[in-house]
Amino acid sequence: MHSFVYRLNTLVTFSVLLLGVLCAGASILDSFNSHSVRAHVEVLKVNRFRRQLNGNDEVALTLNISVDLQSAFTWNTKQVFVFVAVEYETPKNALNQISLWDHIIPDKEHAKFETQVTNKYLLIDQASFLRIPFCIKNLIIWNMKEHGSNLRGKKIELVLHWHVMPKTGRMIQDKIGVSSFQIPEAYT
Amino acid sequence: MGWVSESMESIRSLQIRQVLTQVVSLGMIVTSALIIWKGLMCVTGSESPVVVVLSGSMEPGFKRGDILFLHMSKDPIRAGEIVVFNVDGREIPIVHRVIKSGKAVAHGEFHFFFSVTVVADQGKRAIFPQVTAEGDNNFGDDRLLYAHGQLWLQQHHIMGRAVGFLPYVGWVTIIMTEKPIIKYILIGALGLLVITSKE
Repeated sequence: MHSFVYRLNTLVTFSVLLLGVLCAGASILDSFNSHSVRAHVEVLKVNRFRRQLNGNDEVALTLNISVDLQSAFTWNTKQVFVFVAVEYETPKNALNQISLWDHIIPDKEHAKFETQVTNKYLLIDQASFLRIPFCIKNLIIWNMKEHGSNLRGKKIELVLHWHVMPKTGRMIQDKIGVSSFQIPEAYT
Repeated sequence: MGWVSESMESIRSLQIRQVLTQVVSLGMIVTSALIIWKGLMCVTGSESPVVVVLSGSMEPGFKRGDILFLHMSKDPIRAGEIVVFNVDGREIPIVHRVIKSGKAVAHGEFHFFFSVTVVADQGKRAIFPQVTAEGDNNFGDDRLLYAHGQLWLQQHHIMGRAVGFLPYVGWVTIIMTEKPIIKYILIGALGLLVITSKE
């Protein structure tokens, strides 16, 4: 006969294994879910466009955001993190990304909405982007400082990203470009 | 009490061959755990492929005690990704989301750098002692947290980006770290079990 401890051991091992298989299964099923996300984001107004004292350009915008992320939800979805980022190019940086607004969608019922927001994080083109010290033969060299005044007349792309955070398993992320916007030539 | 005396009896009646078998099987358990850990390090490219979330700064996404699987690759870190990073002068790694990133071309080399921050509106501060950390749950960006003079994180600060998630499992390690007595009891009980078990 098997002892009590032996039985307990088998039971625990089997339950843990089963739980693991179920978790893996839930995560695998998620990858069969195709997202057909509809989104529209546009810049309604430039509230402020100025140069900061340190030479960085700073932009405050009002955005109109309408999103339908219902298709991103499955039974294994805990929440969807959605954010709007601007992407632009500067002479020194091949790609700059700055998040303007973000939001946590807790469930499918709240996944379709339209809202008007001012950017939660100011769009600041940072000079300090390039102040990366690096060493060559024990000499610390500071890169030439790129002034953060690259935004005048700059065409920026607005991109909607969403990250599906699962109850368990693999995290899924995706994005779509929603619109582009030309920043005015003159400071306000 | 019968169970205890039975166990003592079985210890007394051990044969040398049995002892050896037990030692070998115990060794197998330890080494296979080590193999799995090192194998994960190879596959993910991260020096710690599995981390336990210790703070509530990324709630409601990640709670204390959840486990994150990390992956490390040469790809640049982009805005929105959740990264685990070390800050110069701090021992405990931090899990946060990237809000700004850039790719600088300098002297023919690429440098990736980014700033991490906030996410949600339900702001709650002070997760780490003495510094202000910013996760999904806090305001502002993480610069206050970085070492003096450090404005951006760079590639070498990164331990990996979070790719997978498993809830609650990390509580085992948290409990064991905070209440060492439980760890010793557990190890003792397991050891006793291995010694006394009759195949």
